[in-house]
Parts: sequence; structure tokens; C-alpha cells
Amino acid sequence: MDLGQLFAIIIGAIFVSNFVLMRFLGLCPFVGVSKDSDSALGMGMAVIFVMTMASLVTWFVYNYILVPLEITYLRTIAFILVIATLVQFVEMVIEKTSPALHKSLGIYLPLITTNCAVLGVAVVNVDSFMVTDLPRNASFIYTVVHGLSAGIGFTLALILMAAIRERLDLVDIPKSMRGIAITFIVAGLMAIAFQGFSGLKIG
Amino acid sequence: MQSVVAKSMIALTSMAAVFGAVLAFASRIFAVHRDPRVEHVLDLLPGANCGACGFPGCQGLAEAMVKGEALPNACPPGGAETAAAIAELLGGDAGDVVPRIAVVHCKGGLSNSVQRLDYEGIEDCRAALLVGGNPKACIFGCLGFGTCKAVFPFDAVELDEEGLVHIDRVKCTRCGNCVVACPVNACIACQLCVKKCPSDAIYMDDNLAVIDYSKCTNCGVCAAVCPTNAIVDEIPARPKAVIGGKCEGVGKCKEVCPVKAIEGEPGERHEIIREKCIGCGLCMEACPTKAVNMVGALGHQRAKVGALEQD
Repeated sequence: MDLGQLFAIIIGAIFVSNFVLMRFLGLCPFVGVSKDSDSALGMGMAVIFVMTMASLVTWFVYNYILVPLEITYLRTIAFILVIATLVQFVEMVIEKTSPALHKSLGIYLPLITTNCAVLGVAVVNVDSFMVTDLPRNASFIYTVVHGLSAGIGFTLALILMAAIRERLDLVDIPKSMRGIAITFIVAGLMAIAFQGFSGLKIG
Repeated sequence: MQSVVAKSMIALTSMAAVFGAVLAFASRIFAVHRDPRVEHVLDLLPGANCGACGFPGCQGLAEAMVKGEALPNACPPGGAETAAAIAELLGGDAGDVVPRIAVVHCKGGLSNSVQRLDYEGIEDCRAALLVGGNPKACIFGCLGFGTCKAVFPFDAVELDEEGLVHIDRVKCTRCGNCVVACPVNACIACQLCVKKCPSDAIYMDDNLAVIDYSKCTNCGVCAAVCPTNAIVDEIPARPKAVIGGKCEGVGKCKEVCPVKAIEGEPGERHEIIREKCIGCGLCMEACPTKAVNMVGALGHQRAKVGALEQD
């Protein structure tokens, strides 16, 4: 494990292969919860938490249950189980601690369950850190850091989108382009902008 | 082969069991106490989520009623019966329910109105208006394609053979959806614009508002207050007033402001309530110390909504 590698993972997950804008995962909340930056931030925080915890728990599940039992081909269904549980848990905690946030996240909170970005993070973790010959502790740290950074990347994209959409509200947009139509175009332009990061060489 | 199946099943089942137990435990710890009365009130409400009460759906109104933020008679479609039932449940007085019913004033049916043009197209008032304006000679007449019918949550609209809309007085729930849906921007002679016009440029003629363009200052107040959008503001965006440090608290701006968007005590610096300001600029002209400025040209539509809610 070295810090340079860690840095590369963080920058890679946030910018170079941003889960929303480069891998095109998790587009449903990206369009649905980006109407105002407050709920975008709340949703982002929930996703960061779920992604980090999902990475952590799936690491244990993969290495201590799936690998010893030689049932790694069941990883998808096992990971979905983990993520669904985590989301339910997060929903309970948020409903208890912040009813306003719970209300504004609305339908999208349970939707993290089916948010492919979370499952995507877990699967990418397995492919890049677990089936390789990395030492155990390095693989664990990389996995958790990658989950956290992927969540931050998701939140970054969500907040950028929310900020743009808040400004779009005040702009004189042709009637047929208002709402979701202009949002998709903006998402495409943002993805093009993030394409620029793919030339980034780290380490 | 058997062992593989058994292994997979046992592994996944035990994982699911452990996660289930964790969730069950967590639901105990993080249990949220919900007021059971909200559910009862929700059952009593009509459940159309029409929004006539001003709360976000029946759920929002039920919560507000239980908290005491709304009166039992706050549901216009529910009427007196619902109000009485809710008042009995929550305690307190039901209050008077003044029924408000949607009415189509137009009586110009097919037999007694002149058709200006023969419209053939989508059977929808909005579409017809877009093509060539109102097919009837009277441009304020009811088109009779029943665009309002589509938005009725309780099916209270009927079209008669004369091509006129009739609203069932019993079924009408006062939700106001039809008023919003009707595309005929007809003056309804409410005279709000006459009362609000700061330069007395609007007068009533045959129950229609008429603007005297020699007096009109283009302030946009009438367009902001008109409930049927019969007055069109051609200026695409209006600025917001801002009071600067030169303000000596004369209060002239407060007097002239047609939407009561200025607050402040005499002698102290006044402040603009941005949400209410419609950017008419009257305060700027009235200010003797030249402390008011107009800034930006965005957000006029929002200001318009704010002004309407005040009235």
C-alpha cells in the first residue's frame, strides 16, 4: 500500500471515472433529486454513507464468506442483500434524526437500494482490489477509500447539477426545452467536461 | 452438485437472517412515534389531493390540522360535513364553511352565438385558441371543448348540446383546478386591477377592464394582481427594488408600494421584501432621498405569484 496509489484511487473515483458522469451509473437520483441543492446535498451524504458502508461490508462478505465457501459467483445477489439492508438502516436513522431531510429525499432514499452506482462500486471493488494479489490490509483500505471517493464523486456531480438547475430556473428557456429536457442536455455537457479528466496522469 | 446448491442456499439464507435481525433491532431503536390522529383525519378528508387548502396534499393538511396549524374547516372540497367530523375528532369548533362554487358565466351557446371561424382540429380549448383564437365572435366566450373537464378530480363538469360547460353545484369541490385550466384569459370583472392601479388608468366598461394608455405607467401591477391572467405584461422580466444606505425612513415608498412589499418604521431604514416586489419602480420615483434602486431583471414570474398569494 502506498499513498500515491491511494491518491490515484481518490482522484480516479471522483473525477476520472466519476460514477455518474463517466460510468453513467445512478442516473435516476442524478436527475430526480437535483432540483435544489439542499436535498442534493442530503442525498449525496446518504449515498456517500451507503457507498462507504457497502464497500466495507461487501469486503468482509466477499473475503470471509464468499471466497472460503467458493461461491464468489453469487457476489451480485449477496451484494444486493447487503446494500438493501444498509439502505433500510440509513432510512430508519434519517427518519429518526432528520424528518425534514427524510421528507425531501422522499422516494429516492429507498431508491438507493436499486441505485446501480452502489452495486457498481461494490463490483468494481471486487474486480480491482480483491481478485488481485494485493495484501489483505491494502485491499481493505483501498476498497473503503474507493467507496468513499465514489460517493464524493456522486455528490459532486449531484450538487453541480443542482446548482446549474437552480440557475436554469431563472433563465428564459424555450418552453419545449424546460424541465427534464434541458436537464438531460446539461448532463451530457457535464459528461463531456468530465471527459477532460480522462487525460489526467497520476503517479 | 448437490453440495454447491446447499452451500449457496445456506450461505445466502444465513446472511439474510443476520441482516434481518439487525434491521429488526434497528427498527426498535430508531422507531418514530407517529400521531395516530393524522391517519384518522386523513381518512375523513376526501383524499383527492387537490391542493385547494394550500397544503401539500391531504397528508399535509391532516398533519397541519393535528398540530393545530389549520382549522378543521380548511378543506374546501370537504365542506361542512367533513369539517364537523374532524372537529369532533380533534376537539374544537368546526367554524363556518362558506361554499364557493365554480361557475361558467358564458351563456353564448351554439344557437345564440356567432361563429367567427369553423374550427376543425383537436377537441381541446387550448389547441383551438392557439390556432386562430376563440372560434366564437366573442373572444371571451366559453369554447366548450371541455379542457376543464379533464382536470376535475370529482367529475363535476358536463357539456350540454349547446356546447357550453355546466358545473354540477353539488359535485363541485371548490378546488379551483378548472379556473387554472381554462385557457380563456377573460376578464371576470373582479376589479382588482382597478383598485390596485396606482395611476387610476383602469376603468370598467361593460364589465370589462379597460386600460387608459395615456395614464398607464407600465408598472405591471394590474398584470400581477389579475387572477385570470387577462392582462398581459409585455415586459419579459422586471427588476427588484433595493433600498440603499441613503434611506432616511421617510416612508413615501411604503405608501406608494402597490403590493405592500416595503417594511420599516418611520425614521429608520426601510427594507424591501424581495418575494413580494414586482419591480414596478413606483418606490424609486417616490423616494425623496433617491435611496431606492432597481436591480436585476430576473424572477418577475416568482414575484407575480407572491403578489397573488397576498390577495
